[in-house]
Amino acid sequence: MRITRVATAVLAVGLAAGLLSACSSGDSTSGGGSGIVNAWAGEPQNPLIPTNTSENQGGRVVDSLFAGLVSYDSDGGVQNEVAESIETTDGKNFTVKLKDGWTFTDGTPVTAASFVDAWNYGALSTNAQLQASFFDPIQGYDEVAAENPTAQTMSGLKVVDDSTFTIELKQPESAFPDRLGFAAYYPLPAVAYQDMAAFGENPVGNGPYMMSGPGAWQHNVRIDTVVNPDYNGNRKPKNAGVDFVMYNSLDTAYTDLLAGNVDVLDQVPPSAVTTFETDLPGRTVNQPSATIETFTIPGRLPHFSGEEGTLRRQAISMAINRDQITQQIYNNTRTPALDFTSPAIEGWSDSLVGNGNLKYDPEAAKRLWAQADAIAPWSGSFEIAYNGDGGHKEWVDATANNIRNTLGIDAKGKEYPTFAQIRTEATNRTIPSAFRSGWQGDYPQQYGFLAQNYQTGGSSNDGDYSNPEFDRLLRASAGEVDPGKAQDLLNQAQEVLLRDLPAVPTWYRNAASGWSENVSNVVIDWKGIPMYSDIEKN
Amino acid sequence: MLWYVGRRLLQMIPVFLGATFLIYAMVFLLPGDPIAALAGDKALSPAVAAQLRARYHLDQPFLMQYFLYLKGIFTLDFGTSFSGRPVSEVLAQAFPITIKLSLMALAIEGIFGIGFGLFAGLRKGGIFDSSVLLVSLVIIAIPIFVIGFLAQFFIGVKWGLVPPTVGGNTSFKNLLLPAFVLGSVSFAYVLRLTRTSVAENLTADYVRTATAKGLSRRRVVQVHVLRNSLIPVVTFLGADLATLMGGAIVTEGIFNINGVGGTIYQAVTRGEAPTVVSFVTVLIVIYLLANLIVDLLYAALDPRIRYV
Repeated sequence: MRITRVATAVLAVGLAAGLLSACSSGDSTSGGGSGIVNAWAGEPQNPLIPTNTSENQGGRVVDSLFAGLVSYDSDGGVQNEVAESIETTDGKNFTVKLKDGWTFTDGTPVTAASFVDAWNYGALSTNAQLQASFFDPIQGYDEVAAENPTAQTMSGLKVVDDSTFTIELKQPESAFPDRLGFAAYYPLPAVAYQDMAAFGENPVGNGPYMMSGPGAWQHNVRIDTVVNPDYNGNRKPKNAGVDFVMYNSLDTAYTDLLAGNVDVLDQVPPSAVTTFETDLPGRTVNQPSATIETFTIPGRLPHFSGEEGTLRRQAISMAINRDQITQQIYNNTRTPALDFTSPAIEGWSDSLVGNGNLKYDPEAAKRLWAQADAIAPWSGSFEIAYNGDGGHKEWVDATANNIRNTLGIDAKGKEYPTFAQIRTEATNRTIPSAFRSGWQGDYPQQYGFLAQNYQTGGSSNDGDYSNPEFDRLLRASAGEVDPGKAQDLLNQAQEVLLRDLPAVPTWYRNAASGWSENVSNVVIDWKGIPMYSDIEKN
Repeated sequence: MLWYVGRRLLQMIPVFLGATFLIYAMVFLLPGDPIAALAGDKALSPAVAAQLRARYHLDQPFLMQYFLYLKGIFTLDFGTSFSGRPVSEVLAQAFPITIKLSLMALAIEGIFGIGFGLFAGLRKGGIFDSSVLLVSLVIIAIPIFVIGFLAQFFIGVKWGLVPPTVGGNTSFKNLLLPAFVLGSVSFAYVLRLTRTSVAENLTADYVRTATAKGLSRRRVVQVHVLRNSLIPVVTFLGADLATLMGGAIVTEGIFNINGVGGTIYQAVTRGEAPTVVSFVTVLIVIYLLANLIVDLLYAALDPRIRYV
């Protein structure tokens, strides 16, 4: 009996020890050497392959590791980077010449094929790249992007020699070159195609920074980069490298910013929006980024088509007190919208005809609603669908209250538990109400905000808006070589939207950011992300 | 006894199968197509969406998806997350950290809870007892995130005794503060449980007999009172291990630790069945093993309990 008891105890302790021994995980510390900037980040959702990175946590790392044909400055201004020149006479055929001397960090040169092969890889549907649709304007995209592709490469891309290639588009889009600084258009070295999954873990680029070594990406923990000594482009780093430190909670990141463990945080947590400017004196910005938030009212909903629909949309939009909501709910970290793009992007105007439809005017709203009732009396309730996992409840409730109080109708928010669910219904067109929507600019052009969301058949036109006049103006602007005239046409196109209101613009999201005393020269760019290469360590 | 252990291990197989099936079914029933949410507010090209659906078997009926998952398990392939990382790799990263944290919390609540509980129980009604009871009541009443943020702010930021966040450096020293926070609530329960149990056993017949036999107070307390009082406490600690691991999500969030809780939360919101099921399954196995250990410890504590 004695033996049994001892054996039991030994066994129990042994089992416990077995559990314990599973915990001898290696302690991982690193980085933070002198001159290295500690930047807030989150775990990238996908491997770091440019054509597969669709969110900004992966995007900020990819942008640091790669350089494209052009680059953007903090205001979204475009400069040639790897490209020596991008020339066109008709806005449809482009000849790209590359500068000499660019190499990837594995020593191989950046050639015309580095771009053409990467773009073809990104567009081919069997590679299932999330950013595939960015190659849509290029001739031959439809063949490679079909579910069963009939071609492996796009006919519109041709390599002329090592430093020259040509692009043929489906239709004239004279501003196309200005988009080429976006991640989907980055080049890839030959080594990438040998094992794309392994490449995505440890990418080799041609940008201002490079991975600090094998295993520099510690998942959910950090990604360490150092300066690429061979880089000679527009974003020459003023620091020794950037360590992207990942946080699963913004509050924790903010605590670390106050303690000086993190140098830049480009998104202050909701709990700190009232205090961050006093917590970090002189070390904050609060400015609109290239993001707009809206809610879409599908034209197929009863009472929202034709003349009646236009009147009701205008009434609803004018019933919303945007100033009050952005101030009370967001403490002015949102800016009331005056158009369908963003003030962070060149060409924005606060004086478009019809932007009065986006200003609070309860009397006019009631009048317009009554006019609509004269066409057909209102019935039912007005609901705005939102996903409960995204922090939208407060503004939706406030907006619905505004509409209800002003128009005297039953207006309310309608919660969907998950983002996946609301996206599924929006994509399948089964959503039975208005729903929250939004757009973040990928490249600094108003065109991107308008084309994908409101053009007939646009890839994100979830409200199925279709207006021939708008389509015509947008296309004319894209084909116009004179920038002044192109802007004029875009403004006219926006004025059509401001009248029709296929979606109701609410506000632009601000970059509410702060930095520590350890760094200076922090500039937040048009996308709301720090210009990492400019940051200096004190 | 070995036979008993073997039988208990065999019993885990149907539990394992049933649990994975149930969890898989629940994740499957989550509304919405996870692929539709992958590119945010932007639309995915339909051909790419179809490719991805096929890659993750999302185009298959539920039973087929579950069967493919089980088939993978037997070849030690736990599937891939939507980011393309093998789930086994995610498991291997998250679990060691959380297990380490939980065991540290368990040790803290065990050592301090039993220690304070014993002294309080021996001096029932005294000043020490009353103040310990009051403090434990306060700890139970405060939500864990309040304790966490306060500890982080004062000990980490204000006084700078330990780094306020853990991040990638999961050394013993760095995990000490989060372990204290995580273990704090259960510590209060262990303390109260031990105290009551000790106080009750002090008046038991066998204690009076032992004292009457002339045994020293020290020996009476050690061998007779404490050992018998530990049975309910050990039961609680065993069940608590699994609770700690699953419930570490708040603590891990506050101290920026990349453990099990956060990973499961993320996988559920993204509708990643293989990841959710694999993580929860490992949790279930740990829970079952912890319970087995508890049962075996009974025999060590109380000779009357024997396993055949």
